Amino acid sequence: MQDLGISVLFKGINMQRLLLGLWAALRISLISVLISIPLGILTGIVMTLRNPVTKVLTRVYLEIVRIMPQMVLLFIVFFGVTRVFGINLPAELSSIIVFSFWGTAEMGDLVRGALISIPKHQYESAAALAMSKAQIYLYIIIPQTLRRLVPLSINLITRMIKTTSLVMMIGVVEVLKVAQQIIEANRKTSPNAAFGIFAVVFLLYFTACWPISLLSRYLEKKWS
Amino acid sequence: MDWNVIQEYLPLYKEAAVLTLRIGWIGILFAVILGFICAMIQHYRVPILRQITKVYIELFRNTPLLVQLFFIYFGLPKVGLPVSADVCGAAGLALLGGSYMAETFRSGLEAVETVQMESALSLGMKWFQAMRYVVLPQAISISVPAFTANVIFLLKETSVFSAISLMDLMFTAKDLIGLYYKTTESLFLLVVFYLIILLPVSIAASLIERRLRYAGFGN
Repeated sequence: MQDLGISVLFKGINMQRLLLGLWAALRISLISVLISIPLGILTGIVMTLRNPVTKVLTRVYLEIVRIMPQMVLLFIVFFGVTRVFGINLPAELSSIIVFSFWGTAEMGDLVRGALISIPKHQYESAAALAMSKAQIYLYIIIPQTLRRLVPLSINLITRMIKTTSLVMMIGVVEVLKVAQQIIEANRKTSPNAAFGIFAVVFLLYFTACWPISLLSRYLEKKWS
Repeated sequence: MDWNVIQEYLPLYKEAAVLTLRIGWIGILFAVILGFICAMIQHYRVPILRQITKVYIELFRNTPLLVQLFFIYFGLPKVGLPVSADVCGAAGLALLGGSYMAETFRSGLEAVETVQMESALSLGMKWFQAMRYVVLPQAISISVPAFTANVIFLLKETSVFSAISLMDLMFTAKDLIGLYYKTTESLFLLVVFYLIILLPVSIAASLIERRLRYAGFGN
């Protein structure tokens, strides 16, 4: 009861191991964010097209991502692809694939929302000034869209970081797994370490996400 | 795809889906209550309680459910608070959901201008009447889209319950894949059952949203 795992934390390199574990999770989310932002912008533009085929396709894509829990997608890629195609995907790669797939849809929806929030006369006035389609987007629409988009996409990053905690379930060694290992290794000497170690993991995630949420909220207030 | 296998697995998945739904709806119910209380405290700036709810909301909005569950399930028993897996799942979902719902309701309440409350009071309504007939209906209709998004999000989050050895859909799928190697069938059923649970909710959500879009004041 007296020892709640704080001493275990400072034993050997346990703290460094936890931080490295956190980095493993953050790395997956950062790579996925970097992939899904450009792809999401493209998807968002495609979503605003009036082509019925792309409309249905993007709609179905978005609904799949909306409805299926990320964990199910992880399982499908990690276990299913291996089984069906006989390719052996490493857990980390499959989680990057899943989170990029998910992030692209979410980002695409944000981009679409930001694009359609621009009044129609902006497009029409630009067209009346004889701007080409590319010019309209580059000089008129994108600068206005960005202001609405940036806070929301920063928010998406925190969601991405929180969701990457799931990768532990397909065997990526990240902060929760490391925490379990540390607790198991010290079971004899400090049986109550689970409380302290998991509390630390909790706070680690909080310190990773909170500043980003604050930034997003600040930008939203400043630019609205 | 082997249909015999699917028929054999079906009852297992049904049981798991019932568990997911049972814990899911209890968790969401408490999340709504908790979120509503926190939102009222935040909106009416109740001293001390306001700071406490603020810390709670920030803490739980910025951490993943999986980490919260691990802390509740494995950490709390070590300080003399043993929690069963069922309670832990519902409590984790309620705490996570409460923080999201609180933000949703708070922004809904904030969107109703103070002049609404003042006008209602000047017409001789009691505070509770003004709240019941003027402020809340508007606040609720404003928060509905975010609210339904939260419900879907929370139902999806139930998929991490398998980490604390609740026999939910994920757990069943993983278990069956490990035991019999019928990966395709197990995953197929997993997808089908999540669709059965979430598709109606998603459709209902978009219907409700469409109906309530006209309820806002002045537009």
